[in-house]
Amino acid sequence: MSEQKQLKQATLEYAVRLGDDALVLGHRISEWVSYGPFLEEDIAYGNVALDYIGRARMFYSYAAQLTGDDKTEDHFAYMRNEREFSNLLINELPKGDFAYSQLRQLLVDVYASLFLAELVKSKDDTLAAIAAKAIKETRYHLRRSRDWVLRLGDGTQESHNRAQTALDALWGYSHEMFEMDALEQQLADASIGVDVAALRGQWHARVSDILIEATLVVPEDGWKVRGGREGYHTENLGHLLTEMQFVHRSHPGCQW
Amino acid sequence: MNQISLMPKEQHQRLLQRQQSEVSVIWDLLDAVKDPEIPALSIWDLGVLRDVSREQGRVLVTITPTYSGCPAMNTICADIKSVLAASGITWVEVKTQLAPAWSTEWMSAKGQQSLRDYGIAPPDDGEADAEGLMPLAGVRCPHCGSHDSQSISEFGSTSCKALFRCNACCEPFDYFKRI
Repeated sequence: MSEQKQLKQATLEYAVRLGDDALVLGHRISEWVSYGPFLEEDIAYGNVALDYIGRARMFYSYAAQLTGDDKTEDHFAYMRNEREFSNLLINELPKGDFAYSQLRQLLVDVYASLFLAELVKSKDDTLAAIAAKAIKETRYHLRRSRDWVLRLGDGTQESHNRAQTALDALWGYSHEMFEMDALEQQLADASIGVDVAALRGQWHARVSDILIEATLVVPEDGWKVRGGREGYHTENLGHLLTEMQFVHRSHPGCQW
Repeated sequence: MNQISLMPKEQHQRLLQRQQSEVSVIWDLLDAVKDPEIPALSIWDLGVLRDVSREQGRVLVTITPTYSGCPAMNTICADIKSVLAASGITWVEVKTQLAPAWSTEWMSAKGQQSLRDYGIAPPDDGEADAEGLMPLAGVRCPHCGSHDSQSISEFGSTSCKALFRCNACCEPFDYFKRI
């Protein structure tokens, strides 16, 4: 395979990864709709979910275009099995309680704000354009998750305990965000992808600032879970896909 | 002659593009296409309509999404085709373009006024904060004109809006947030 062809194939896989990240998290967030603690929060979750699903559509549409055959975004979202999904594990974890979802959102939002600021500089025009669109929305997401973490952490004893429990449960999943494999290294070297390993220091500093302000204890690095990028998932993803893909698989090509 | 324009640069460029277009008639026709969620606003005034051109009989309309997940884009696309079809233009392609990303700066002055009349505070009726995000207070109420207002939620009934309450007239209102 020529180098250019290989780079195109890598870019396709990369776009699918980023699409998977966005779709799986978007779906998880959407599970809060009608379960939010009050109406405005319910609507806020719906908005954030929509932003993520919109991102997924943009990444998948680009991936479909790169395949060069007649695949569409729907192929990537609905016609692949769990082992073919390459999202980060933190995105597929069940929504848990409100503190759990907001803590996850903080970890992911800080990551997204750093990641997208780099992806904007990509030599790949489409990836850069998607990032430029998404980064503005992420600023609003982060402002919300930061506010909630401060409120919960520095709130009642109950909300503080729940926030700390959630943080401790999630921390081991955060490391995977900064792992580079051969594909990502190749794309980073070609200035197409982001060198995520280089973002960890900044991420840790920003997240710690917010957690400390929220009177939460920043967890020590201990156990680390990985595997999402290679298709090794927690059992939760299968259940999510079952629900998400059911209608499309039952009625392929159905339109209304 | 040198003139100092009161219009933001982005809007001026859009206006020039429209005025100098060879197919200005089609731009005019597309004024009939409204945002399905805010029928007071045409896609031109909203800044979603990016370009119109004709290549060998085929009309190419370029639009840009406001927010990534905006569900209105599909409807806008269908509305463009039906408005043009009503004038006998049937060979139409609608293309979505992402870059440069849509910004509230592209909304026309008329668009901002239409929003106000419709009961939605336009982006310019609130000062951006240091990060360029929407303010949490002080947006001008579209009902009574008071600036004594506060944010209830940064996420409103659609992706592009936030929810506010006016402390003077006690009415809630939507604010078209800056992006």
